[in-house]
Amino acid sequence: MYDFSIVTRWIDSLLRHTLNLGDFWSILIECILVGICILTAYALIAIVLIFMERKVCAYFQCRLGPMRVGPWGIFQVFADVLKMLIKEIFAVDKADKMLYYIAPFLVIIASVGTFSFLPWNKGAVVLDFNVGVFLLTAISSIGILGVFLAGWGSNNKYSVVSAMRGAVQMISYEMSLCLCLISAVVLTGTMQIGGIVEAQHGAWLIFQTPVTWLAFLVFLVAGNAEANRGPFDLAEAESELTAGYHTEYSGMGFGFYYLAEYLNLFVISGIAATVFLGGWMPLHVAGLDGFNAVMDFIPGIIWFFVKTFAIVWILMWIRWTFPRLRIDQILKLEWKYLMPLMLVILTLTTVWVALV
Amino acid sequence: MYFTLFITVLITAVVLVVAAYVIAKLIGPRSYNPVKGEPFECGIPTHGSSWLPMHVGYYLFAILFLMFDIETVFLYPWAVVVKQFGSLALISIGFFLVVLVLGLAYAWRKGALEWK
Repeated sequence: MYDFSIVTRWIDSLLRHTLNLGDFWSILIECILVGICILTAYALIAIVLIFMERKVCAYFQCRLGPMRVGPWGIFQVFADVLKMLIKEIFAVDKADKMLYYIAPFLVIIASVGTFSFLPWNKGAVVLDFNVGVFLLTAISSIGILGVFLAGWGSNNKYSVVSAMRGAVQMISYEMSLCLCLISAVVLTGTMQIGGIVEAQHGAWLIFQTPVTWLAFLVFLVAGNAEANRGPFDLAEAESELTAGYHTEYSGMGFGFYYLAEYLNLFVISGIAATVFLGGWMPLHVAGLDGFNAVMDFIPGIIWFFVKTFAIVWILMWIRWTFPRLRIDQILKLEWKYLMPLMLVILTLTTVWVALV
Repeated sequence: MYFTLFITVLITAVVLVVAAYVIAKLIGPRSYNPVKGEPFECGIPTHGSSWLPMHVGYYLFAILFLMFDIETVFLYPWAVVVKQFGSLALISIGFFLVVLVLGLAYAWRKGALEWK
């Protein structure tokens, strides 16, 4: 496999030895490079996903989607971003101004933070902590706070109802999300994202035990609810709450929520692809060495993107197919079905690891 | 090095938000009138504050979440060592899970999982 850490080591030695910069300056330049890379990837993926969502939605509803701006409307998203950037930033008179302006920061921190955990290729992962998965869930729950503060700070009755719904739904589904990740940690024996991918060298995780594919499906459902997307989008149910927690946000304030929603979709798909489908690890079948060698020839980043966008496509398909659930149905689904199911799956996985 | 990268990621996120806000402040239009400062609710004037007491069900699920989320936090360190300890890990977590499942069953029986 092609190892991206060769490139990063080369840049490091270039800064330290060839250009002879000190410790401080080389680390500073590396950090700035990392930041630029994250922002570029973040913006590009948001643009691709928003365009993809519009086209997929149009496809499912037998429409054409955006067609006017550029060929097949490919510049529609750029036009939208430009429009949002030149709108006025405006808060309601009676809003809690501090919470109102802090909330987008929290949402973006959660989404950029979780985005940095994705392993793009061997050696190409920004945050590769040894407590990776644990920290990932911790950072993703900051996003709940952002949604709640946005709705509460707006001083709009619809937004407060939406904030309550969003918070109760996201904290509930976080639990089965965590249990899915724990069942993966039980199988791989490490919380490090890189280690989880390496542990799938022989076979992807969903092929390793007879029950892990169930955990994968639960992860998709819980992840969809965690990203606040339909059929679990009752926090921003436009037919009953206008737009939910971001009703009172104008211009880029709304833009951040829009951005974070799509990036959360990508992060959920990326984590599902990494933890259960092997991330950048090619498809390996035990015993077929020739086949494995051919699969190794395809670069890891292509494997990662193909898997992630396949899951993104499935989640978009679900969003545009199913009607919205009610709040009691959502909570019933989580507490009476998914969570007991995940406890059973976790026990079975442990039995498999301990005894087989 | 990990800590530096983590701080870098956080600063990147903050820079993204601040930059977009600054651009919008610089090139966006500015106007004010009292109607614009009203919250958007159906078009009729708003009555009172929105910070009202909410349905108690939300708080009930928040308390349940606290309980079971602490459970998942305790499960993480255990999950890492299952492979090394084998069946011993299964027995030791068995007690923990049984107590929790009993707790969930109790909450279910008492109707705490119903939305009323």
